[in-house]
Amino acid sequence: MTAPVVIFAVGNPSRGDDALGPELCGRLEKWLENRGLAGQVELVEDFQLQIEHALDLAGRQLALFIDAGTGTPAPYSFRRIAPASGMAHTTHALPPEAVLQVYVQTESQPPPPAYTLCLRGESFELGAGLSAAAEANLDKACELLGRLLAAPRLADWEAIASAAGCGQT
Amino acid sequence: MTYQLETAANPEKLRRVAIDPVSRVEGHGKVTILLDDQNKVHQVRLHIVEFRGFEKFIQGRPYWEVPVMVQRLCGICPVSHHLAASKAMDVIVGAKKLTPAAEKLRRLMHYGQMLQSHALHFFHLCSPDLLFGFDSDVTQRNIVGVAMAHPETAKRGVLLRKFGQEIIRVTAGKRVHGTGSVPGGVNKSLTIAERDLLLKDVYTMVAWARDAVHLIQKVHTQDPGLYNSFGIFRSNFMSIVGHNGDLDFYHGTLRARDDNGKIIFDGVDYQQYDKYIEEEVKPWSYMKFPYLRSLGKEHGWYKVGPLARVQNCNQISTPFAEHERREFVDYAGGSPMHAPLAYHWTRMIEMLHAAEQIKELLHDDDLLSDDLMVQGERAMEGVGVIEAPRGTLFHHYRVDENDLVTMANLIVSTTNNNQAMNEAVRHVARRYLHGREVTEGLLNHIEVAIRAFDPCLSCATHALGKMPLEVELVDVEGTQIHALSRA
Repeated sequence: MTAPVVIFAVGNPSRGDDALGPELCGRLEKWLENRGLAGQVELVEDFQLQIEHALDLAGRQLALFIDAGTGTPAPYSFRRIAPASGMAHTTHALPPEAVLQVYVQTESQPPPPAYTLCLRGESFELGAGLSAAAEANLDKACELLGRLLAAPRLADWEAIASAAGCGQT
Repeated sequence: MTYQLETAANPEKLRRVAIDPVSRVEGHGKVTILLDDQNKVHQVRLHIVEFRGFEKFIQGRPYWEVPVMVQRLCGICPVSHHLAASKAMDVIVGAKKLTPAAEKLRRLMHYGQMLQSHALHFFHLCSPDLLFGFDSDVTQRNIVGVAMAHPETAKRGVLLRKFGQEIIRVTAGKRVHGTGSVPGGVNKSLTIAERDLLLKDVYTMVAWARDAVHLIQKVHTQDPGLYNSFGIFRSNFMSIVGHNGDLDFYHGTLRARDDNGKIIFDGVDYQQYDKYIEEEVKPWSYMKFPYLRSLGKEHGWYKVGPLARVQNCNQISTPFAEHERREFVDYAGGSPMHAPLAYHWTRMIEMLHAAEQIKELLHDDDLLSDDLMVQGERAMEGVGVIEAPRGTLFHHYRVDENDLVTMANLIVSTTNNNQAMNEAVRHVARRYLHGREVTEGLLNHIEVAIRAFDPCLSCATHALGKMPLEVELVDVEGTQIHALSRA
């Protein structure tokens, strides 16, 4: 059975604060198990987003993309996103909005409501661990996820995204 | 050694155009072009800010950890590093010949990666250029634009990617950070359910791969004036070739040919690679420039990747891909094809071969065997080489008596193509930019030439907000007079 919520956690565990996504994913996995919610949320961890991730959106009620960001206000931004067709592409990786658009084009239907949780990172060197600032941001993001996932509802996510300090890009 | 347009005579008097970083190329790529007042091109350099911390990252780790850790060097081709490191560590543990099951499972993993990587490149990275043209609207030149204009093509790209990723998942144990390949073999075979799941779709994948070859063949042959000449330069080729000179992505011996197709060396055991290949350092680039020792710096540089492999082998072992190889060779007219845009055609031939190999392997019951590991006499040094999607990949390690890595040397595919990519960019700059007003469309020609090689810049960092494309025109005083941005 398809879990109603899918969470994509993106990043390289060995590149400093790029590990924020995988770290949060690891914590989340334990939290979901302890709460008996593992069947409600599917976690997808990867180095980066790609076109095939669009297929993981099928049959979901909510989708969340977690990643580290460089220009993000600390500790994080949480916001609703929409499919975007005219976005520039970095390279072999896609931004979350483009994954949604690939879903629209390949499945011929709108994607589920989707949000990004972008945690501010400071340093992205190969072999480095998480920075102290990123650790602090991670803790705060965990608190947010606890609120989002205790009983995932679109109205609650929308309200949180609209709240002061959470709707920033 | 410097090449034409590599270094200008009076750079301080010239205008500088920088494409930084190159879009749709992983990591940080930057092209700088020096122009005079009449927009004549005097210097062109592709700078690849390759991270040279690989060796430190690996040194001091136990050898058995390395095949897993090296996947984190690159988020684009982690399986290539996983397998190249495993092959090097096979030598360390004395596993001279793997069990049939282990080798076939590794091959299956590798073909899955080739399929998904080549599919990504063709359907996502280069098809916008090929389907819309090099001067098309920048907002359309991406996979989303392809999906809107050619939904069936885009969907096939997505599903081919997904199929390749599923192969990696069942052979490596996980979708990412897999542990399937270990020194001396593999730690997991396929279940019947996993095999049957893949078998269900593999025939469709072969059919779509054939269609993709025919699509790019049509695109290429309909416009020979462009496709046979764009960014063209002549060079040597290098790759590994398998038994009887077959195209082989996983194992074989090193073979190099000159620009006319004449063999330079053949049957070389890659454990001896450093006797045949040297790396030159240039002050203006972080990335080294490899060359064949026997020919020297000036004449010894070479191409790797699909265009080299398909023309370096004697034949392809699977029927559909071999048919397409012959078509390609016939089209080339009996001498090697050097046009960078021919990379796309040969890449699709390779994708077809990978799909056919996957189909054959899925019918082989060795994949279900539990005979997965061998060991032998312990060694202190080993080299592993595979043909990664972008070209030949070398992993070389020394290990001490405490099992810790003391030396690591990697030559990644993109490094092998460094000089070749620079040559392609210079040719395009000369042909399309020389004496003309620089526009976004013209600059995309530079990127088209780079993308043909499908470079991967060893960087898995991709945090949101990074990597915009910026192009700056700067006058002699260093003042910005014009800028383009795709961020």
